[in-house]
Amino acid sequence: MKLVVVSAGLTQPSSTRLLADRLATAVAGHADVSPRVIELRELAVDIANNLVTGFPSPVLGDALKAVAEADGLVVATPIFTASYSGLFKSFFDLVDNEALTGKPVLIAATGGTARHSLALEHAVRPMFAYLHAVVVPTAVYAASEDWAGHDLAQRVDRAAGELADLMVRAPAVGKEEFVPFAEQLAALRKD
Amino acid sequence: MQFGIFSVGDVTTDPTTGVTPSEHERIKAMVTIALKAEEVGLDVFATGEHHNPPFVPSSPTTMLGYIAARTEKLILSTATTLITTNDPVKIAEDFAMLQHLAGGRVDLMMGRGNTGPVYPWFGQDIRQGIPLAIENYALLHELWRKDVVDWEGRFRTPLQGFTSTPRPLDGVPPFVWHGSIRSPEIAEQAAYYGDGFFANHIFWPTYHFQRLISLYRERFAHYGHGTPEQALVGLGGQVFMRKNSQDAVNEFRPYFDNAPVYGHGPSLEDFTEQTPLTVGSPQQVIDRTLTFREHFGDYQRQLFLMDHAGLPLTTVLEQLDHLGEIVPVLRKEFESRRAPGVAAAPTHSSQVAAAREKVGA
Repeated sequence: MKLVVVSAGLTQPSSTRLLADRLATAVAGHADVSPRVIELRELAVDIANNLVTGFPSPVLGDALKAVAEADGLVVATPIFTASYSGLFKSFFDLVDNEALTGKPVLIAATGGTARHSLALEHAVRPMFAYLHAVVVPTAVYAASEDWAGHDLAQRVDRAAGELADLMVRAPAVGKEEFVPFAEQLAALRKD
Repeated sequence: MQFGIFSVGDVTTDPTTGVTPSEHERIKAMVTIALKAEEVGLDVFATGEHHNPPFVPSSPTTMLGYIAARTEKLILSTATTLITTNDPVKIAEDFAMLQHLAGGRVDLMMGRGNTGPVYPWFGQDIRQGIPLAIENYALLHELWRKDVVDWEGRFRTPLQGFTSTPRPLDGVPPFVWHGSIRSPEIAEQAAYYGDGFFANHIFWPTYHFQRLISLYRERFAHYGHGTPEQALVGLGGQVFMRKNSQDAVNEFRPYFDNAPVYGHGPSLEDFTEQTPLTVGSPQQVIDRTLTFREHFGDYQRQLFLMDHAGLPLTTVLEQLDHLGEIVPVLRKEFESRRAPGVAAAPTHSSQVAAAREKVGA
């Protein structure tokens, strides 16, 4: 199965990427997946250009296609100013608004302190709910102090297990369809 | 194959001089550009339809009627006519009148609109965009083909015993193209009626339109109008030429960098690589344009966007001189590459001949 990992960390190395990689490894421990990581930092200019022109560059188009065709997603963002980062949101603004319908998604975030952890529940989860994704119950937040304790590993493993379960059960992704013209006309006729 | 130009009709400040034309100057410039199109041997002039600044062409048949009176051969068209928010009865009347005045040199391209508020401004709901396009066109199609129409739909007052006047010239309605950027429903609609399908093509990568055009061709054949290769396809393009290609790039760059649609985004180099925009020598434009048929198959109409982003009128007229020089080459080269059996570009006389053949058969 195709697991796509979207990481919106901005520094290199980035703790957001570190968390995303740990999640991907954990998912691979629960299911037979081949992860592909999309670093939004590398696509930052392409994302801005797409917002202006309305179409993606080839490399961004490839990333958007991978997200649409994935069997499951791990998405990780730093929390900035009480929410997901602008780059993270801009990327998902470019994903087709039906591409995530029914798709299993694990949401994760990083921040300097645990005080921002509920941004995952108040900002990131509603965004994916809007996109009709199926978001796993356990969202994983990593504050600086979490990188020293044991709790993070447990949450990572729980969330990864939840995602793997959903990916196994999720139906295959459908292809684009059109409505024959007679049906389009008939739909307009009065009863 | 037909070659022409299509104009958005934007009033845009020239970024190199800071000069902004008045609406009056822009309208007169559009007319001058259309007359020049005929002078340099182009086949088609198409105007946009907009109902918000900074665009001037809100009343296409008024403008096209004036141009028709001052030209002999030029086909007057639209890019696009808003099938969603215009009353189809008024479209039927306006364009049939224009068709008579222009001696048949008229066709139209249907589109849904480029700005959200145009729907509420004209009393419609943008969420009904596709159903409006389908129902309104179904009525327009009937009004041009049936002398007395009884009709009832979801979006418009019913009609009882209505005759749209004048009746189309020679009993043959203006040819219709359907333009769409991303809706398979519109490709399907064009195929159903055996009408043309126009891919705006500019501002987007080539692959973007390949799916829509192949769907249209396949469904055109499904509905029994001919083979997929006989479907009627039009494409947009955008070019800027100077004899020396580096001069073209240097001159066009400030217009590109500040253009309303794509300015302040990707570089000119990236955009020319990713979209059909070609900035360079006339030979480069010829070579690039000839590649279009490799992506979309043999097609019938090529329109270029030449007058936007604040380019001054004198520059646009020079560009049309260049276009006039390369179009004979393009005609010859496209002709020599064309597969046998591909349909010719539709004109009033070809439509009349086809109608007679149908009656005779």
